[in-house]
Amino acid sequence: MEKMNGAEILLESLLKEGVDTVFGYPGGAVLPIYDALYKHKLKHILVRHEQGGVHAADGYARATGKPGVSIVTSGPGATNTVTGIATAYMDSIPMVVFTGQVPTALIGNDAFQEADIVGITRPCTKHNYLVKDVKDLTRIIKEAFYIATTGRPGPVLVDLPKDVLTAEYEFSYPKKVDIPSYQPTYKGHKGQIKKAMDLIVKSKRPVIYAGGGAVLSNAAAELTKLARKLKIPVTNTLMGLGSFPGTDPLFMGMLGMHGTYTANMAIQSTDCLIAVGARFDDRVTGKIDEFAPHARIIHIDIDPTSISKNVTVDIPIVGDVKEVLKELHAAIPKGANFTKYISEMKNWDKQVEKWEKTHSLSVKQGKNERIKPQYVVERLYHLTKGDAIITTEVGQNQMWAAQFYKYDKPRTFLTSGGLGTMGYGFPAAIGAQVAFPNKTVIDIAGDGSIQMNIQELATAVECKLPVKVAILNNRFLGMVRQWQELFYDKRYSYTCLGKKPDFVKIAEAYGGVGLRAEKVADVDKIIKKALSINDRPVFMDFVVDPKEDVYPMVPAGQPLSKMLLV
Amino acid sequence: MRHTISVLVTNEFGVLSRISGLFSGRGFNIESLCVAETMDPKVSRMTIVSSGDNKIIEQITKQLNKLVSVIKVHDLTGEEYLKRELVLIKVHAAPDHRSEILNIVEIFRAQVVDVGANTYTIEITGDEEKILAITELLRPFGVKELVRTGRVAMARSIKRKENK
Repeated sequence: MEKMNGAEILLESLLKEGVDTVFGYPGGAVLPIYDALYKHKLKHILVRHEQGGVHAADGYARATGKPGVSIVTSGPGATNTVTGIATAYMDSIPMVVFTGQVPTALIGNDAFQEADIVGITRPCTKHNYLVKDVKDLTRIIKEAFYIATTGRPGPVLVDLPKDVLTAEYEFSYPKKVDIPSYQPTYKGHKGQIKKAMDLIVKSKRPVIYAGGGAVLSNAAAELTKLARKLKIPVTNTLMGLGSFPGTDPLFMGMLGMHGTYTANMAIQSTDCLIAVGARFDDRVTGKIDEFAPHARIIHIDIDPTSISKNVTVDIPIVGDVKEVLKELHAAIPKGANFTKYISEMKNWDKQVEKWEKTHSLSVKQGKNERIKPQYVVERLYHLTKGDAIITTEVGQNQMWAAQFYKYDKPRTFLTSGGLGTMGYGFPAAIGAQVAFPNKTVIDIAGDGSIQMNIQELATAVECKLPVKVAILNNRFLGMVRQWQELFYDKRYSYTCLGKKPDFVKIAEAYGGVGLRAEKVADVDKIIKKALSINDRPVFMDFVVDPKEDVYPMVPAGQPLSKMLLV
Repeated sequence: MRHTISVLVTNEFGVLSRISGLFSGRGFNIESLCVAETMDPKVSRMTIVSSGDNKIIEQITKQLNKLVSVIKVHDLTGEEYLKRELVLIKVHAAPDHRSEILNIVEIFRAQVVDVGANTYTIEITGDEEKILAITELLRPFGVKELVRTGRVAMARSIKRKENK
């Protein structure tokens, strides 16, 4: 058999795993990998900061469903990945990160660019490895991809000492993995499925609450089919948006802190809550004791630790969301029971419609008023005909992107939900654009967040990626400012960012395009202009009204029924 | 409530830190923890004593199960199981107290494993009640040092039938 060095084995293994693109940044400890990458057929995207590289791999993974891959050097290269890895971990994104490490003989000696990255990332990876012997390399890579992509997905880190990368060994890629201690459950328990269906057809006010798990398990079609068949209104978490068509009449919008009036009222009234791949996060539940007070709860999740962690559930079903939804569909009863159930749904539907009429999300933009950020998102939706991949930063921009853009397809809304990482959206958009060169990819950003990974403009320019960034520029850290306004007596401590920098000039300085809208009439104009550009990144600087807040809002710790509407 | 959880893990470097990190990261407490290889050198057994309400213990066992390095988790609490701990006690043994100390040692089926000019080092195994009892009896003589292994436990082979 042919002998290769560790670096070459790594690249061959990546090809065997079906990897076509890696996002990376070179350095001393990974020189052997970069030497092997020279003129290699694997596509390598050179990012400008390791955090950007991991977010880009994350965006690539969320948009495609395939694992994202990132390669960085030891020490600072490795520590720079931590925020990206933690982001992926909180949102269960499949990803494999390869970090360089000092030679095994130097580990623990405080060598140059040494960091105990396996120790540092232990709590924010699904699993991680230090490869001590080139003989273990292929097995570990195989396991890393297997663990990252199966069960509840997540990031896996593989630390590669330099001497392992230069050591030679025969290359043979294992066909199977053998990890007896890791056996995720996919099929739902038959008895539990029957119990769940019995409960559903006896209920009068059922609600489906679907989260990121529905996207991750590619269960959008099954979810839609089940909800339509049973006529159950659906609400999504932030992470679940796109798993059920945003334009479907059964869709109630997002729930939780900035959820719609309809969704939150439905949760507070439902007698049967069906949680699908969601984890009862505090931003969703508000005051936990008063969440869905009348409901019996069915919870479908592949991760047993998510079940009864925050809210005690009545019927837990451990399994893959897609599988379980199929099984539930098959368990729908026929005949009189079903007919009776469906006739009950008419009343429930009327009630939901009534809430919809009482208060629905809308933007009132006067022609001579300052631009409203919500209006910008709404125009982006109309001018892209809803057919774009949207990424977001974190804060008000993220909430408006969730409220005013309607997502009909899964994997078209990429956002850092769990960790809430500012600086996520732009590199994630780059990753998504690399995966789908012909799609419109827009990062809906704020003037604060965009500056956290703005250096990736260079990556987008170099790779000719036409990523669009819509900066809702309110000269503030808007969401923090909103909390200061509402809960801290309008003491705007260090949240005003001022008018600098000039984002148009920044985009141009990097070789991208910069556009600015200061009047309502400019909004459509620059969006159309941006959408026509297909060979370089575009910054759209929307100078928006800084006084706009995100509503509805359930103040932290309050029950969902206590919404501030405005 | 206090729970004894027996955990089989792969015998690799870093596993202990994965487990202890899980406890500290999620705010669970560890009262004692024992680790050693099993008959199979690729597998180690950890015996963890922790406390918390049912919800916390449920999370602990689920979270342990979720770790890739964990093979099996068994909460022994609520069933019949043997629990043992080994303790070394160095006690001040003045000449006029020696026979009294030896008496206690004999009653508890402990043994003296080291003798110094003014000290006895006593080895004792047993469950917590027994260890607490002998420690209390030895305390008046002056306990200079006390080292405990923490609890090891094993389910009983034959279980008593309850309520039948």
